[in-house]
Amino acid sequence: MMLRPTSRLSSGLNKTEMGWRDKIWQINWGLIALITAVACVGFLTLYSAARGQIEVWALKQMLRFALGMVILFIVAMIDIRFWMRQAYTLYLFAMVLLVAVQVRGTIGMGAQRWIDLGFIQIQPSEIMKIALVLTLARYFHGATYQEVGRPLFLIPPLIMVLAPVGLVLKQPDLGTGMMLMMSSGAMFFLAGVRLWKFGVLIAGGLAVVPVAWNFLHDYQRKRLVIFLNPDEDPLGAGYHITQSKIALGSGGLLGKGFMQGTQSRLDFLPEKQTDFIFTMFAEEWGMIGGLVLLVLYVLLVAYGYAIALRCRSQFGRLVALGITTTFFLYFFINTAMVMGLVPVVGVPLPLISYGGTSMLSLLFGFGLVMSAYIHRDLPIGRRGSHED
Amino acid sequence: MYHDNDRSKLFSRRALMLGGGQTVLVGALAARMYYLQVLEAEKFRLQAEGNRVSNTMIVPQRGLILDRNGTAMAVNRHNYRVLLVPERTNSIDYTLDLLGQIIPLSEGDRARIHKDARRRRSFVPILVRENLSWEEIAHVEVNARDLPGVEIDVGQMRFYPLESLGAHILGYVATPSEADLQGEHDPLLEQPGFRIGRAGVERIYDLAMRGKSGTLKTEVNAVGRVIKQLERAEGEPGVNLALTLDLRLQEYAAQRLGDESAAAVVMDIHTGEVLVMASTPSFDPNAFNRGLTGNEWSDLSTNPRSPLTNKVIAGTFAPGSTFKLMVALAALESNTITPDLHVFCPGHMQLGSIKFHCWKKGGHGSMDLVNGLKNSCDVYFYEVARRVGVDRIHEMALRFGLNGLTGIDLPGEKPGLIPSRAWKRAAMGQAWFPGETLVNGIGQGYCLATPMQLCTMVARVANGGFAVTPHVARDRIVREEAQARTVPQWPSCEVSHQSLTLVRRGMYAVSNEPGGTAYRARITQEHMELSGKTGSAQVRRISMHERDTGVKKNDELPWKERDHALFVAYAPEEAPRWAIAVVVEHGGGGSVVAAPIARDIMIEVQKRELARVVGEGRT
Repeated sequence: MMLRPTSRLSSGLNKTEMGWRDKIWQINWGLIALITAVACVGFLTLYSAARGQIEVWALKQMLRFALGMVILFIVAMIDIRFWMRQAYTLYLFAMVLLVAVQVRGTIGMGAQRWIDLGFIQIQPSEIMKIALVLTLARYFHGATYQEVGRPLFLIPPLIMVLAPVGLVLKQPDLGTGMMLMMSSGAMFFLAGVRLWKFGVLIAGGLAVVPVAWNFLHDYQRKRLVIFLNPDEDPLGAGYHITQSKIALGSGGLLGKGFMQGTQSRLDFLPEKQTDFIFTMFAEEWGMIGGLVLLVLYVLLVAYGYAIALRCRSQFGRLVALGITTTFFLYFFINTAMVMGLVPVVGVPLPLISYGGTSMLSLLFGFGLVMSAYIHRDLPIGRRGSHED
Repeated sequence: MYHDNDRSKLFSRRALMLGGGQTVLVGALAARMYYLQVLEAEKFRLQAEGNRVSNTMIVPQRGLILDRNGTAMAVNRHNYRVLLVPERTNSIDYTLDLLGQIIPLSEGDRARIHKDARRRRSFVPILVRENLSWEEIAHVEVNARDLPGVEIDVGQMRFYPLESLGAHILGYVATPSEADLQGEHDPLLEQPGFRIGRAGVERIYDLAMRGKSGTLKTEVNAVGRVIKQLERAEGEPGVNLALTLDLRLQEYAAQRLGDESAAAVVMDIHTGEVLVMASTPSFDPNAFNRGLTGNEWSDLSTNPRSPLTNKVIAGTFAPGSTFKLMVALAALESNTITPDLHVFCPGHMQLGSIKFHCWKKGGHGSMDLVNGLKNSCDVYFYEVARRVGVDRIHEMALRFGLNGLTGIDLPGEKPGLIPSRAWKRAAMGQAWFPGETLVNGIGQGYCLATPMQLCTMVARVANGGFAVTPHVARDRIVREEAQARTVPQWPSCEVSHQSLTLVRRGMYAVSNEPGGTAYRARITQEHMELSGKTGSAQVRRISMHERDTGVKKNDELPWKERDHALFVAYAPEEAPRWAIAVVVEHGGGGSVVAAPIARDIMIEVQKRELARVVGEGRT
């Protein structure tokens, strides 16, 4: 394979090692600006959700964001090959944590999702979202088109996906399980797995739906039924989604104004600072505000695509788009959920919903995207070395 | 590097496809946003407004009921209630356990709350306890934050401070029944805990005393807590109702009747104002507000002395000898007899094969009209009735307010009955027998009248023959406004002054001349007078055998078979002002039982009047 001498001469980035100063020069400030813009929307909305008090949620969220940005920069500075070499280790670490929550997790929100390390509570499933992307990216990095076409070759990555998905579903956390499956599916798709295999998978998936139904928890079934017909029980289980739609709809085109949302201010809207924060935002800022936020998200995703397409290494490409897709799934599932398009599954609005783990893991993820960008011209060997 | 170019191309192609898919999804989000926030915005705006704004009704203060001197007989008290909204607590038991440490909750309360919670939808508040003290409610209020689902509510509760006194006139209030709700469009009736008048003046003046509801618009949050008041439209409080009753006289009369099953009514013969309306035994109307227990209810409803019945207007009795006033008037007015007509009473009268007995076994000897009334001679009135005929007696009784209703402003008045030939044919399909006329002549047989009707009769005799009708509301209340009641021009009964004077002469003799049936119950106090007529209504048949062996005394009979004791009177003799009727159910003889009660009440009435006149004279 020929290297591209022009790029080597022009940027000097495809050399095997880069200095700190080179890397800092390569930071994609547009991406940083977009992330910050979205986070600021979050601070503002949390400020409003707390009826104009900054201490309740917004301040804590800002601190987390600041910490997250530090993590982002550190991760971005680290050589992408380090992340590739450590991918399996990270994956195993996340798996151990997932098993650990099963064993000695504390009960939170009726499900075992947290592990308490004393100074911080971590959600292993959030770590797994990143680790799985890295692992699959590493697995497919060295794979040829022919290899990817062989069914046997696909068995190890399938196991890598299904093991954590099984554990997450057992917690039970349907939303995260779905997200892991979908982002992995995107990875398989990007890696070049033949399209007919996806067809077979989807057909098979539909066939097991009745079986899966039996494995769902009562509350999960209830959510699905309510999703299909929220008016059936407007004061019971359908309350969340009914009130959310009322809040959104009553916001109208221009919204009720900052801190003027009656549905959220009078507590008709449940969990307005976490899962339903988009509703609150769109109630106060209307469809215009909602669309602006949507555009910010789309721009962030577009940056992810641009970065992925500019990466020379398959690993970099897969990581960049894998993380981007995870991010896309976050905001798509959350907004679709609060608008009544998909069942309520408990996925936060990325960078905006109040909560530490998802903020930190997302910024960690963007750190990887940034790393992929900074090291975009770095060629990577099959096993993460420079060349082989 | 392995076919990196190919893979890169494949990746780019796949990325493009993925991006395309994601674009479609984002498009769906935008479309959904447009649908919810533009197309359906109006619908959701209304729903949000409905969430936010709570329209509550301000229940107006129910009008008070006062006696003629302004003493409160029915008032409103704050009713502090604790409610529980099941959907706002995770565990009803948990909340009740906590609440039970603050206010006492019985096992019965808990069972009822659980029953209500199962039956109703979870957002409907359930009554936990009502009629709590201010201290209790303050304790609950202080701890409200730690009591999920608990609400405090202040309603109003009717309270009758005099308890059983005047209960029959007041009536009581109760929650509306299904039947009450039919045809009523007042939204007040649907308010929790709202009560409507069920009996007495509470019922008949219910609409006026109810008032008009106001509305309160408030902004509430999801758990129903009021955030701020948006709009308030005051309603109108109910109209206060002043009664014609004089509470002190009422109290005296009730005490005087004591434990008897009895009724006493005093009315102003010129205005028709009822000063006293006592019916014993009575009941405590507050019990209906609290909610009667099964035992209380069965005690009240099966008591043979029927405490729930207002015997003054709903107790019908044979008028007995008090009816002789009507017989005498009918005879005089039709010129059938002259006052001088003398009838000899040997103790009985023979009509065909039947022997009609006088109450006095040995007979009264020769009797004229005044003596006939004074001695209440049955034979004299058998003869007079025989001469006048039943229809003319019926017609005269009609003019004096007997037969039918007096039209008093109280619910539940029973009509009286004075028979006629036409009535008997229509009601029983039988011809009138001559012997029935004789029985009719002494107020027995088919005759029935309430104490109120008898009182009205005497009032019309005493006021010079004007058809006064009784009422208990001092201000006649038209639906919306209270208009001062004016003394109406009563229509005339169209009887001659001479006839009335003769009858009144007879009544005077009854109570004031030695030998009169009520002479022993005369008034001996100075400046006070009374003229009356006794009556003893027989409720059983006396057999021939008993006549021969000696008629049993009332004391020897079981309560249910004893005569009703009646006495009607007016006072004073010169320029009469008041009429009274007293009936003691199964009390025995009118002269020994009813007349002394009537005398004592009339003394009290005249004392009050004398005191008032003296008081006015001083000022």
